[in-house]
Amino acid sequence: MKKYTYTEKKDTRSGFGAGLHEAGKKNENVVALCADLVGSLKMDAFIKDFPERFTQVGIAEANMIGIAAGMTIGGKIPFTGTFANFSTGRVYDQIRQSVAYSNKNVKICASHAGLTLGEDGATHQILEDIGLMKMLPGMVVINPCDYNQTKAATMAIAEYEGPVYLRFGRPVIPVFTDPDQKFEIGKAWMVNEGTDVTIIATGHMVWKAIEAGEKLAELGIDAEIINIHTIKPLDDEAILTSVKKTGCVVTCEEHNKFGGLGESVARLLTTTHPTPQEFVATNDTFGESGTPDQLMAKYGLDAVNIVEAVQKVINRKKA
Amino acid sequence: MKHTIKELEDIASQIRRDIVRMVHGCQSGHPGASLGCTDFFTALYFEVMNHKTDFTMEGAGEDLFFLSNGHISPVWYSTLAHAGYFDKSELATFRKLDSRLQGHPTTHEHLPGIRIASGSLGQGLSVAIGAALAKKLNGDHSYIFALLGDGELQEGQNWEAAMFAPFNKVDHLIASVDYNGQQIDGPTSKVLALDDLQAKFEAFGWHVINTDGNDMQAIVEGLHYAKTLTGKGKPILNLMSTQMGAGVDYMMGSHKWHGTAPNDDQLAKALAQLPETLGDY
Repeated sequence: MKKYTYTEKKDTRSGFGAGLHEAGKKNENVVALCADLVGSLKMDAFIKDFPERFTQVGIAEANMIGIAAGMTIGGKIPFTGTFANFSTGRVYDQIRQSVAYSNKNVKICASHAGLTLGEDGATHQILEDIGLMKMLPGMVVINPCDYNQTKAATMAIAEYEGPVYLRFGRPVIPVFTDPDQKFEIGKAWMVNEGTDVTIIATGHMVWKAIEAGEKLAELGIDAEIINIHTIKPLDDEAILTSVKKTGCVVTCEEHNKFGGLGESVARLLTTTHPTPQEFVATNDTFGESGTPDQLMAKYGLDAVNIVEAVQKVINRKKA
Repeated sequence: MKHTIKELEDIASQIRRDIVRMVHGCQSGHPGASLGCTDFFTALYFEVMNHKTDFTMEGAGEDLFFLSNGHISPVWYSTLAHAGYFDKSELATFRKLDSRLQGHPTTHEHLPGIRIASGSLGQGLSVAIGAALAKKLNGDHSYIFALLGDGELQEGQNWEAAMFAPFNKVDHLIASVDYNGQQIDGPTSKVLALDDLQAKFEAFGWHVINTDGNDMQAIVEGLHYAKTLTGKGKPILNLMSTQMGAGVDYMMGSHKWHGTAPNDDQLAKALAQLPETLGDY
């Protein structure tokens, strides 16, 4: 197992804030909009340097999506910011008609995704957003895994023409990817090469997968770990190459097992290379109040859950 | 004036013929409010707006128009065709398979003149505001026009947009409301009353004017007047009274022709009231 270390912990939303600032410096057409959550979205640096390119819309997410779609007509590249719940479910039809169907170059940037939002509870913890967004024709869906990857992804989507959903989170987590990485939309990252099982992880679950990989190595299991940051378009080739070698797969996501990364992988495998698969995901449930660590443990999204899923899927492969 | 009022009325007559023929041709669509807004579209595209039929999405240096109540697509398609955006023969494909003239307007099939999809109601004012903000950032002082249905104002997003625009001084925006008092299930006064729209928009900080949307002279003058009110910190709302079905006697004044197509006899009766002025498609 390749050794991953970290010297600091940071939140992925701060990676977004830093990436937005960089994208703003690079391209004067980059504009930002926010629905009364500037501090939570870490937009301060962008607003300070480019006040005329920032629009505060107030608590009016539907209007924000419509305004963003309209701004693209004048050649702008709008980044909208609010919590993941209010970025998707609350404005689904606005995104569907004014952004996706109209093919507008809007970047829907969603913080506080998943259980790790914590104490605010289930009203704010969306676990369905990946499913909602990946079903929209033409929508790119990205869920980066740490501060550096989120920053790189934010800069990369500014240069991509078309609608994008970028999902990130609130808690501080290890920073373990390369600060100077080149982010390629739709290209998987090989975290660790192995032979016994393929672990495919996205977002906050990538570090959990690395922790699981270390535990599995102690048990004599050689896990291949792949980071899928782009859920759509999916890197079919990276996934197929790996499972053809390992013969089984565990998918890991901070999202409902219905509609998420796991189902995208299952669709790929059932139609091309049927393979035993286990899902580490929430089990068709809403969340609740608690600390992020407590919630990840209670809802089965820890390294230990990945280890158990790996043992189960390897047994199925042997059977 | 680019055209006399008589010339504009002749164009409107042809557009009305196209509307009833298009809706008859596919036996579906929305003739009522399309006919009611024909004078507005004619005034806008043939007299008021500075626009190029050599279409670009950005429309730099041009006035832009956004239709929020997308179901009145027949009037927009016919107007765009006669203005020169595409050949009028294409009007025959309305709502048919493989057509660029979808039931509701869309950019998806790349029809020249359309900049956003509409149909799911309540979204167009926000989009128009966004386009206005982008023009401001680009140093482009052209006008942004929008048309909203009156029933559509029951959608909450309109009021988010109505609150935003005055506060942010989006003052090159001229939004018109097709105030025909009808919606699918009946008169707006019975379905969900809009009450005093003028007072409501004024309370939100808009400059509200009233026009007769079925009097060509009045609508041309009203839109020119609206232009003189721009650039003064307030968005403009044109509360435009119209008759659903205007120009076809048996369709007028009732919600029953909101989304109903005429049969062969009804078509003949309608066309007898609408002189062919520019040639049918």
